Amino acid sequence: MSSTALAGRVVAAESLARARRRSSWLLLFPAVILLGAWAFVPLVMTLRYSFERYNLLYPERRGFAGLLNYNLLLTDPAFWTAIFNTLVLTLGVLAITIILGTLFALLLNQNFPGRGIARLMVIAPFFVLPPVAALIFKNLLFDPLNGLVGWLFKLVGLHPIAWFTTAPMIALVMIVAWEWTPFATLILLTALQSLDTDQLEAARMDGAKPLSRIIYIVLPHLARPATITIMMESIFLLSIFAEILTTTAGGPGTATTTLTYLIYIRALLDFNIGGASAAGVLAIVLANIVALFLMRAVARNIET
Amino acid sequence: MQHDKAPLSGAIAAWIVACLMFFPILWMTVTAFKTEGEAVAIPPIILFRPVLQSFAAATAQSGYLLFAANSVIVSFASTALAILIAFPAAYAMAFQPGKRTKDLLVWMLSTKMLPPVGVLVPVYLIFRDAGLLDTRAGLVIVDTLMNLPIVVWMLFSFFRDIPRDILEAARMDGVGPRGQMTHLLLPLASPGIASAALLAIILSWNESFWSINLTAAHAGTLAAYIARYSAPEGLFWAKLSAASVLAVAPILLFGSLAQRRLVRGLTVGAVK
Repeated sequence: MSSTALAGRVVAAESLARARRRSSWLLLFPAVILLGAWAFVPLVMTLRYSFERYNLLYPERRGFAGLLNYNLLLTDPAFWTAIFNTLVLTLGVLAITIILGTLFALLLNQNFPGRGIARLMVIAPFFVLPPVAALIFKNLLFDPLNGLVGWLFKLVGLHPIAWFTTAPMIALVMIVAWEWTPFATLILLTALQSLDTDQLEAARMDGAKPLSRIIYIVLPHLARPATITIMMESIFLLSIFAEILTTTAGGPGTATTTLTYLIYIRALLDFNIGGASAAGVLAIVLANIVALFLMRAVARNIET
Repeated sequence: MQHDKAPLSGAIAAWIVACLMFFPILWMTVTAFKTEGEAVAIPPIILFRPVLQSFAAATAQSGYLLFAANSVIVSFASTALAILIAFPAAYAMAFQPGKRTKDLLVWMLSTKMLPPVGVLVPVYLIFRDAGLLDTRAGLVIVDTLMNLPIVVWMLFSFFRDIPRDILEAARMDGVGPRGQMTHLLLPLASPGIASAALLAIILSWNESFWSINLTAAHAGTLAAYIARYSAPEGLFWAKLSAASVLAVAPILLFGSLAQRRLVRGLTVGAVK
């Protein structure tokens, strides 16, 4: 091949690559612009509002307030209660979903008759509309007078509990755990299916009991997917809203007011734009701490 | 994992777990076929003559059909829009990757980590000023943007699974870009597109935060309907259960179809 022909091909290949890059950008453009606007514009606005005195009821008093909103927020006991409630809800649900999710995944990974249907039945709660999930528990199950759980309590000689007035956070944790256990189960079940069977087989040949096989081979294999589940869930659990609105509306008092619910009250019920935005900024910071680790795990798995 | 039959105790335990987890949904469905009197009876009535009157009453309620229609319109429109926007982007990242492709994809996925409540205030104010509050168009926009990263990710990962040799061979045989698209890419990727669509429909149907906060009587979805009207209607358990069954049933069906691909989409690749 002559050198000019080769040079010609190189030039052609370069221009082809350039054309491809350009078409790449054209194809990427709509998604990148839209997501960029969605991720950036409201974020900057939240930040700006958080430094302003701004209440929709008194728009004429709007002005720069420095750190006033943050000051008020951090000295407000309601804020710390909300942070505490958020932690209780998140950690409570995480603990239940990871433990039950692991157990359910191990059970559903067995070979038994009708396991396809059993699997679907376990996963089903994840698809239930959040307000519906909340109402099933609030009325049909947890109602102290006509609910099924109250009746079962009476049946065994216990006093029925008015869940949403005496133990509202426990009731809320149970509802949300019911919704999210399927998510943990599904991820851990998928992880179990990718477990190397040779290792288990070898362990069995060596006389390892089923329980020690689970403890020494299966559970370590689940550690990574369980970590991912915890991170993903905590980001979603931070935003739990409809379940609180339909059951307790944050009460009684502030017993079930989480950070998300507090921001909703400040913004859309009190119209306190500045205060709600300051709390919003803190919610974003909280989520980002988790997201940072999560995205590192995500990035490690992507091959382009 | 293992293909040996499970011991009887293991099978029984699995079925007990399945029945317990499914019970609340079952009990709601059973209640929907009762009369109001039977629904609140204690001890609970197990054997009864199923009636459809609660379904009739629930759907006859003012606004119910509008809210149901909103759910269908918003979830399907936002899904179609998300796929339309995500398809070219995923195509470019999968088949014409550059040095920055991975960073771009990770950035897109990271937008999903922003808690909605953090931007509730500005989005509410933008919507108010743009006249988008309580409109289906507004909700379609939000749902599209919420699901876009997941749809991009799912389409990308399905495109990545298509062997490039096939496309290369087609190119060698003189098949143009359009031919590659219609004869190779679309048929090969269609199961992937279908499961991305299923997941997006499920997520936007169940999306409650924005729906409750950005809509009222006109553009509310079933999530907002059930959340908002549960207070006065809370006294009518059979009717509320019937409305709930209708709101949940289609998504349960979609979910059972999509469950195999669900992990891939929901964990955006963090679990393989």
